[in-house]
Amino acid sequence: MVAPATMEMSYKDALYEVLRSEMEADDSVVLIGEDFANGGAFGVAGDLLERFGPERVIRTPISENSYVGVGVGAAMTGLRPVVEIMFMDFITLAMDQLVNHAAKIHYMYAGQYSVPIVVRTPAGAGRGYGASHSQSLESWLIQVPGLKVVAPSSPADAGGLLRSAIWDPNPVVFIENKLLYPKKGPVPEGIPPVPLGTAKVLRRGEDVTIATYGRMVEHALEAAAVLEPEGVSCEVIDLRTLKPLDVTTLSRSFGRTRRLVCVEEGTGGVGAEVCSRLAETAGALGGRMVRVAAKDSPIPSAGPLEARVVPQLEDIIEGCLSSLEG
Amino acid sequence: MKDELIGYYRQMLRIRKCEEKIGWLFSRGLTMGTAHLSIGQEASAVGVIAASRPEDYVVSTHRGHGHLIAKGADPARLIAEICGRETGFCRGKGGSQHIAVKEINFLGTNGITGGGIPVATGAALTAKYRRTGQVVLCFFGDGAANQGTFHESLNMASVWKLPIVYVCENNGYAMFTPSCDVTSVRDVAVRAAAYGMPGVTADGMDVRVVRDVAAVAINRARSGGGPTLLELKTYRFCGHSKSDNGTKYRPREEIEEWSRRDPIANLRRDLLEMGVPEMLLIDIEREVQQEMDLAVEHALAARYAEEEALEGVYAAAEPATSARRIGVLTGAARW
Repeated sequence: MVAPATMEMSYKDALYEVLRSEMEADDSVVLIGEDFANGGAFGVAGDLLERFGPERVIRTPISENSYVGVGVGAAMTGLRPVVEIMFMDFITLAMDQLVNHAAKIHYMYAGQYSVPIVVRTPAGAGRGYGASHSQSLESWLIQVPGLKVVAPSSPADAGGLLRSAIWDPNPVVFIENKLLYPKKGPVPEGIPPVPLGTAKVLRRGEDVTIATYGRMVEHALEAAAVLEPEGVSCEVIDLRTLKPLDVTTLSRSFGRTRRLVCVEEGTGGVGAEVCSRLAETAGALGGRMVRVAAKDSPIPSAGPLEARVVPQLEDIIEGCLSSLEG
Repeated sequence: MKDELIGYYRQMLRIRKCEEKIGWLFSRGLTMGTAHLSIGQEASAVGVIAASRPEDYVVSTHRGHGHLIAKGADPARLIAEICGRETGFCRGKGGSQHIAVKEINFLGTNGITGGGIPVATGAALTAKYRRTGQVVLCFFGDGAANQGTFHESLNMASVWKLPIVYVCENNGYAMFTPSCDVTSVRDVAVRAAAYGMPGVTADGMDVRVVRDVAAVAINRARSGGGPTLLELKTYRFCGHSKSDNGTKYRPREEIEEWSRRDPIANLRRDLLEMGVPEMLLIDIEREVQQEMDLAVEHALAARYAEEEALEGVYAAAEPATSARRIGVLTGAARW
């Protein structure tokens, strides 16, 4: 079999290409969000406004709750809206429409309506934006039945998961990481869909399982590379989808290593879920579990302060070493 | 003209008799959760929906039984839903505040005050985008007019000139709180000026008035003129929900004054004055009573919903969509 052709592409460009190709192929796909005249705050939508016009690239006022709700109503009546929330922090303004409407409509109306909406939003720290523009709030969302939550770490996954999210008949919160936008990587030609709900083993190892996602993936891989010559072999799993969680892949790895380090930029709720799920399946075998997450603090603006709150490479290495104790 | 009014009389009576049944079922412990009755407010549901077309969408509120029946929902399945039976519109999963009926374009009653306003606005976006000619009727109360969604959605609908009519059923009380104590204006409709759309305040106790003002707003929406904010002054003759009887926080004289404006009793009086034979109305009343007796019987004959608790949390991908998407993907490989 011939390996599919790949090309180097940035995370942001992969997202753009999938939005463009989906809009080209299906006129039910529309974009809803703020500031598309400039491609959105981070420029992901590029020239889509010029390409597809204001009827399909719908520029909203700063009204997060209601424009997510507009997406919900449009999705119920046959469109596939891709809604952009400029910073994940602002998803707090749209929680009613996301949690009480998007997530529940299919179930509470007994399947008469579905809500095929994607809510894209950039999360994460690292740019000094401070407390209201740097959060990673995904752990709240994974507690909501009816939502799917996705957080890609690479350009190929960003594009492939976005394609699957747009095709999915359910509401999907699609978490992008602002520091990853310019990162380049190999992307298969045509950017094929990556199925939701599947984790990916990025590095094989024997001693410790590192489960992570988003921007922390590259730090986890660095940590694994640092620990290898020290005689610690780390398996790195990119969760990719946070809800539904790929417990099978996680427990297969943890079943061998019996040591888990869960790394995230948020305050530890995803790790709490991963650890609990694995603890429930571990049975009498037990094992050691460590969470590496942001401290219980708002995220400060100044770089050196921020670095003390948000997990760093050293924190992951330390987490791995402590998982080996006892 | 006379026939139309007789039709409205029947519809309003159906709503009232159905809700009286629901109240009775509640008092017997046969309903699930609570129920918000619209007794007294029937002219609003019937008048607005009478001015619309079957293909138009309705988005409703926590007080939505009247909207459902006016739109054509079967009372037996409505009662079944409220009583937790598997024959209910949402198979017992929704309950009174979460009932949608897709086949009649009823996008749902809604348990979040003001929560339906953006959803309705989104349905209007689809109607405009697809040029379907549909209009959305978005019902909400005076309480919801103080939610952020009201401001946000009316602004967007105006900017985008969406085919939607915002119908504020102002019954004077946001639950137990008099609207005038918590609202900056006496008439919610004056807020329309802030959104650059027409605002109309009308007597919500007269189905003819309601139908006429709704017809103007609906025509305007359908012909591309954009949204209207319609405020219908009305009154509920019962409590907010089944947990109160509405007398503690409302003056007796006020209740008595409004009860003299009962939309059903007054239309009956007018129909008689217009020469409609009383026997005809008595026949309608008997038929409606029988319909609701039977509806209760049917609803209670059904089994309690218990099988599907964990089904349908997520929608399954439709195979047709997947097949079409494979084509999309081949196309997408072009870049």
